[in-house]
Amino acid sequence: MIEVITDLVAWFADPVNWQGPSGVPARVLEHIWYSVLAIILAVVIAQPIGILIGHTGRGGALAINLSNAARAVPTFGVILLTFLVAGIGLVPVLVALVVLAVPSMITNTYAGFRAVDRDVRDSAEGMGMTGWQVVRRVEIPVAMPLIMAGVRISAVQIVATATFAAVVSLGGLGRYIIDGLAQRDLTEVLAGAILVAALSLLTELGLSRLQTLVVSDGLQAESEEASMEAKLEGSTG
Amino acid sequence: MITFESVTKRYADGTVAADDVSFEVPEGELVVLVGPSGCGKTTTLRMVNRMIEPTDGRITVNGEDAASVPAPRLRRDIGYVIQQVGLFPHLTIADNVATVPSLIGWDKERIGERVEELINTVGLSQEVASRYPRQLSGGQQQRVGVARALAADPPIMLMDEPFGAVDPIVRESLQDEFLRLQRELKKTILFVTHDIDEAMKMGDRIAIFNVGGILEQYATPTDLLATPANDFVVDFLGAERNLKRLALIPVSAVEHEIGPLVSEDDSSSRAQEVARESGTDWVLVTDTEKQVKGWVSINDLDGQGTVGEAEIQPFDTFVTQDESLRAALDGMVESHLNVAVRVDGDGRYEGVVTHNTLTGELK
Amino acid sequence: MAQSLFDWSWVLDNLGEIWAQLAEHIVLTVVPVGLGFLMAFPMALASIRWPRLYSPLLGVAGILFSIPTLALFVVMIPFTGLSKATAIIPLTLYTLLILLRNTVEGLKGVPSHVREAAEAMGYTRTRQLFRIELPLAVPVIIAGLRIATVNTIAYVAITALIGQGGLGNLFMDGFLRQYPTPLIVGLVLSVLLAVAADLGLLGVQHVLTPWQRDPG
Repeated sequence: MIEVITDLVAWFADPVNWQGPSGVPARVLEHIWYSVLAIILAVVIAQPIGILIGHTGRGGALAINLSNAARAVPTFGVILLTFLVAGIGLVPVLVALVVLAVPSMITNTYAGFRAVDRDVRDSAEGMGMTGWQVVRRVEIPVAMPLIMAGVRISAVQIVATATFAAVVSLGGLGRYIIDGLAQRDLTEVLAGAILVAALSLLTELGLSRLQTLVVSDGLQAESEEASMEAKLEGSTG
Repeated sequence: MITFESVTKRYADGTVAADDVSFEVPEGELVVLVGPSGCGKTTTLRMVNRMIEPTDGRITVNGEDAASVPAPRLRRDIGYVIQQVGLFPHLTIADNVATVPSLIGWDKERIGERVEELINTVGLSQEVASRYPRQLSGGQQQRVGVARALAADPPIMLMDEPFGAVDPIVRESLQDEFLRLQRELKKTILFVTHDIDEAMKMGDRIAIFNVGGILEQYATPTDLLATPANDFVVDFLGAERNLKRLALIPVSAVEHEIGPLVSEDDSSSRAQEVARESGTDWVLVTDTEKQVKGWVSINDLDGQGTVGEAEIQPFDTFVTQDESLRAALDGMVESHLNVAVRVDGDGRYEGVVTHNTLTGELK
Repeated sequence: MAQSLFDWSWVLDNLGEIWAQLAEHIVLTVVPVGLGFLMAFPMALASIRWPRLYSPLLGVAGILFSIPTLALFVVMIPFTGLSKATAIIPLTLYTLLILLRNTVEGLKGVPSHVREAAEAMGYTRTRQLFRIELPLAVPVIIAGLRIATVNTIAYVAITALIGQGGLGNLFMDGFLRQYPTPLIVGLVLSVLLAVAADLGLLGVQHVLTPWQRDPG
């Protein structure tokens, strides 16, 4: 046990592991690059859909069933299959990560819109807001705790799942785990695991800070509750 | 001014929420729509700002056909207050109140001044301006709802059970304050409630609806109580209709008599004489400043000394000219004398309202 | 890409292997969910009895849940090697957050008038828990079990990377040989297993809560 720890400390202290294309900074940047691309793509795809079905109330049941079904599909298998069918490359990774993240973003945004009190919507319309003004000035801000909770959970999920990119020969922090397992180098495996865990923790912390910033003080209580719900409904992969 | 011209609302499932409804809300008046649940009163209200579109007929707002004005523009000139208030939880009280002014593009400074003024108008302290709705009590939220609806000074207000979600004591004070406010503002108001007592208290006119969207009677509260149109209206007005009528008539509207009055300095024998002349077995006693001391039974007058030396029974209840005849009746019952003592604002004796005056008023 | 996407003959030739991996997958799901419930249940009771415990317990379970699955699996290797325990321990830990929270919320959700009525009729604390509160909390507890089970079924596949895996071995097999059939079989079976487990637990709830059924 002690040995494992000293080996790990030595690994992190070794300058070799901090240089070149397979060094920690390069791998971390790769990992972040995949993740950020996937998160942005997922937001761009999911949010307009979530807002549309949330505002109109149509297609909600379909969205919820879809995302429940999505939870039953093992991401790991989907990633492997995507590679097998589409070949090696960044695009298939992104497709798999985005497909993974979009359903829970849509459901959370939809749920956020649905959670807007009927009376709040009613009084917004009654005061003469146009449809788009109701969306922008009332529904989005009031739904923000759940919208952000969805983005946050999906982002952490993406960061965790991007590890599997290494299984299909791409970079990122998963490389240490997959290579280490292949070479029976436990220290490298553990170093990779620690780095991935740290990165997803940082993502979680960073986005929860962002959530506090973009959610109105009037809704902070709802915000905490929303995060817990979203966390339980999502899976980290 | 709002007019309903043969307005009908039929839903897809066949329910009728307004059945050929016609009436007019005169400028500056508060008209209450009242009726049992399912009578379509809320639907009728919501057709005015086109939250619901009528199936048939025409509604005009200030002479303009409501259907011809784009809904958002129409609504910005109509204040809207609902039972659950519907405050925006993500905005401070100040920003909530500022909603319509900011929608119609007032500048920041003007909005700021208006918000400050309105928070005072509805009786809240300026500290609430920076708070969020969840930090306010139900009664405070209702006040903010009214302030928000008044923000851009709309000539017309729609109020759907605006005081329905608070406890009776708070409701009563909100009603009183709103009536006081309305006397200054003279808005044209359509007000929905299911509570006939609230309707009687608030309404210049009352429209009583029956299930199926039928307008049974449209009249002033006094006319409604005096000449209900049919059995449904009688039932809906409920028991104690005469008491309700008395509650609507101010003391100033009826004659008062001077009564068997003596000063505490008058002699006991003078008091016996006054009682005899007026045919009562008691006299009212004031001091030299006209302040009411109470009454004395002739049995307690021995014809010796002054009235002040006899046993004077105090009154528990007085009425002023602004109070209702119902309060006067209360005073009569309490004093056992068949009269209510009327005083001015400083407690000086003005006269008595007699039992005969009350029964005469109800005929 | 000469080969077709799906090859029925492989399925027929390997029925035994497929069945074995499915059975393994079921074991790797049932054991962690079962263990997780055995751990979460007393934790939930303790949280009800001593409410101050709830927040820290939930916090720890939440942190465990946030660790990426693959990372938690490999962290176990120094302790348990490539044994079954390496898969089962993290899978168990992942269920705790959901099971703890839903059990506590379920028990808390019993209307206070029901609780007071039971107290007034002289139920002891323990008897009340088992006769009144627990039965009424069943729907929420089962909802938690359903989420935990579906999640676990998806996670089990990942343990193929550390020498376990159930249906995940079919994923790896197909992937390494560039042969989609086993991968697709594994995916479909995994989803079917999740759906079956979900419906099965719903059935259990139906049996345990006769008062919730529609009349007739």
